[in-house]
Amino acid sequence: MEWRDDGIILGVRRHGEASVLLEVMTRGHGRHLGLVRGGRSRRLQPALQPGNGVALVWRARLDEHLGTYAVEPLAMRAARFMDSPAALYALANAAALLRFLPERDPHEGLYEALTVLADHLHEPVLAAALTVRFELAMLCELGFGLDLTACAATGVTSGLAYVSPKSGRAVSQAAGEPYRDRLLPLPAFLRRANEPLEPGLPAIRDGFRLTGAFLERDVYGPRGLPLPDVRHRLVEAALKAAGETSG
Amino acid sequence: MADPAGPEIQRLIQLLARLPGLGPRSARRAALHLIKRRDQLMGPLADALAVANERVVSCSCCGNVDTTDPCTICRDARRDPSIIVVVEDVSDLWALERAGAVPGRYHVLGGVLSALDGIRPEDLAIPRLVERASAPDMREVILALNATVDGQTTAHYLTDALAGLPVKVTRLAHGVPVGGELDYLDEGTLSAAMRQRTTF
Repeated sequence: MEWRDDGIILGVRRHGEASVLLEVMTRGHGRHLGLVRGGRSRRLQPALQPGNGVALVWRARLDEHLGTYAVEPLAMRAARFMDSPAALYALANAAALLRFLPERDPHEGLYEALTVLADHLHEPVLAAALTVRFELAMLCELGFGLDLTACAATGVTSGLAYVSPKSGRAVSQAAGEPYRDRLLPLPAFLRRANEPLEPGLPAIRDGFRLTGAFLERDVYGPRGLPLPDVRHRLVEAALKAAGETSG
Repeated sequence: MADPAGPEIQRLIQLLARLPGLGPRSARRAALHLIKRRDQLMGPLADALAVANERVVSCSCCGNVDTTDPCTICRDARRDPSIIVVVEDVSDLWALERAGAVPGRYHVLGGVLSALDGIRPEDLAIPRLVERASAPDMREVILALNATVDGQTTAHYLTDALAGLPVKVTRLAHGVPVGGELDYLDEGTLSAAMRQRTTF
């Protein structure tokens, strides 16, 4: 068995003296693990860092085997964002979410979203907004997608301002006003896919609150897990960065 | 086919094969070498192992391994007690000691945060570090962690954990190694070195 694909490294674990087990999100083969012989060498170690983009050749005798990877670096992003705590937490949060997907199940949309996120991790405010969008995409891929296209009560497609925490559907400003205390605010950058990504601190806070509520209820909660600590730290770091940017 | 070596020798080979860097074949060679040089090597090695097994303890202050508690480094009066150098493992402590560049004392975390390996903050010696850094005469905590994503995630976590304390938190520089040629360095190291350039 052999295939070639591009991937983004999610995690690296030591295996023996010189090798590593590499966990990557690939375009066509989903989240996939494999052994990299000599992965702890001076040549390969800088390339095998989470967030980096790599070209992979996977080989195994049978499809169900772990297999080995031959790795060629494509995008050495890790050094660019290592100084930013928000970036490191965002990457760890994305990797934790991707581990809910079954291995070797292709999710090309998520791969594209992860690529965009990884490319902008060194820009904390933009990375925060992209993380919220990534979490929405994860919810959708896991079968708990939100419907943010039209108001659940009136059907209108403009003036959407809230999301119902029960149905996960958008609610317009007019229809939601009497129930605003019970609804989740919908930040502007999530209303349309082509909305420019320049959110301020309140929008980022609302975005994380929105995705956090559904992740907790539909993804982590049913598995008996709390929202991961790294997500709390990501939200803190992102809000701090957004606060500093807005002055 | 019957094994040519007796059960005692087989056990020795099996135990040696568990050491890092040794497989079954090299363990067999090491066992044969020990047997051939019983007086010069095997006896002293067995004695040294017995003594180490009996006396080596983990330092209750810094986490280093030594035959005394507190360890030799923590008891060294010439070291600056107001500086703590945080390392991932004892092997990193030994590497820094070989360099002779550390004026202070150490703190061994016992690993780094890793979601893949399931290592959480409570699995590391972080509360003890915060306790040590809270001492009134403490001036600086140097984070000497690996320049990997996991190492730097841990460094940022420690920076947050130490944020409320009146100590300066610093970390090792990232850049061009001695003897390194720019042409052969990875782009990440080069960009980090460029960002952290100093006045010459």
